Amino acid sequence: MFLWFHKLGSPPHFYRIAGKWIPWLSWIFLALLLAGLYGGLILAPPDYQQGESYRIIFVHVPAAWMSLFVYVVMAFCGIVIIVWRMKLAEVVLISSAPIGASFTFLALVTGSLWGKPMWGTYWVWDARLTSELILLFLYLGVIGLHNAIEDKRIAARAVAILALVGVVNIPIIHYSVEWWHSLHQGASLSKFDKPSMPPSMYVPILIMALAFQFYYALALFHKCRAELLQRERNSKWVEEL
Amino acid sequence: MSNRLSLGQAFIFLLRRDMLLALRNRAEYAMPLLFFVLVITMFPLALGAQPELLARIAPGIIWVAALLAAMLSLDSIFRSDFDDGSLEQILLSAHPVAILVLAKVCAHWLVTGLPLLIVAPLLAEMLGMSTAAQPTLLLTILIGTPILSLIGAIGVALTVGLRKGGIILSLLVLPLYVPVLIFAASAIDNAAMGFEVSAQIYMLLAFLLLSVSLSPWATAAALRMSAS
Repeated sequence: MFLWFHKLGSPPHFYRIAGKWIPWLSWIFLALLLAGLYGGLILAPPDYQQGESYRIIFVHVPAAWMSLFVYVVMAFCGIVIIVWRMKLAEVVLISSAPIGASFTFLALVTGSLWGKPMWGTYWVWDARLTSELILLFLYLGVIGLHNAIEDKRIAARAVAILALVGVVNIPIIHYSVEWWHSLHQGASLSKFDKPSMPPSMYVPILIMALAFQFYYALALFHKCRAELLQRERNSKWVEEL
Repeated sequence: MSNRLSLGQAFIFLLRRDMLLALRNRAEYAMPLLFFVLVITMFPLALGAQPELLARIAPGIIWVAALLAAMLSLDSIFRSDFDDGSLEQILLSAHPVAILVLAKVCAHWLVTGLPLLIVAPLLAEMLGMSTAAQPTLLLTILIGTPILSLIGAIGVALTVGLRKGGIILSLLVLPLYVPVLIFAASAIDNAAMGFEVSAQIYMLLAFLLLSVSLSPWATAAALRMSAS
């Protein structure tokens, strides 16, 4: 187990393994995506209140879940970086940040597109929208800090500390915003309360969430391979490729 | 060495040194305060002098201005020490770096956070904030500004080695200031409307305790990274 962990941590080994996994991941992702979209857009019945426009949920909810999941992955990499100085964790952390930011952005955009028919406006200072926006800023901070520091190994440590500080703060920010929302906003706009959904609605959501997970792994492997090549461009194993 | 400083002595020594430096450099440290006053002055000019509107948004204006002023002053916590090498001496010292960092943050707060306490009532009065809300305003500033200094110290420690750290610093630090802003402003709002404010104050105190206990460690780790 430990040996496996150690081996996976070595850049050339990871590069090969990731290269082998990428086609599999692509096919599984594609199959799940098609199944999820078919289930969500065609099989699932229209909502009795919202009609067809609720169908954006099949993209929105998985994207919002992924935005948090990716940040947790980054914080976990942060611990590994600080404790073991593992190079691969640095690469995973850095490569995750733009992907996570994209998921967050996607969740925001789909949320506001959904808001237009439901609330009559693209943007409300809803608690979830607001904390998602702040999460986007946290992601951008990670990316910005990494770009600002020239030495990439030092940059990775800086970003690791930042990711850990962020992960402690995310729940605090989230609950503060939720409380702020309940203080400031009256009942004029009540959030779309999730009704207890029939399986024909939530199964596609779960399939889509799984598809997004595979997409994340896929994008991550691609980005990690590129990042590894760039970092190790002077090493022997890259020359041999 | 026989005359080694104890941890407490080192803490006091560092605090006094930073205060003394600030005292010799008064003009530089007065800038954030001036900035605070200026930003607040801009709001009535932009929104028109409508007393009800100004009184309504005064807590928000004052707190946003305090946030920006804190941001502006953050760089001075570690910048000069980083430039002249005394930061490395602090990192090499026999005492835990986190405690020494805490001393520097304390000094920073005494120099930049505490003066806000003096000008804030004046500005609150100018904006027409109700007198009932003013003790709460002072209380939130007293509890809130040390949090700003403590969280900000992490951001500065991460960016102190960079040539253009200023803009990236605001991106790192402002999102983390959100909870303080929310609870401080809502406490003052509640006080102005004559409601109970203890919940918000307790939350701010909890944030203060959390940041006092955790932020120096993160700052110390970030400083080690920056100095390497």
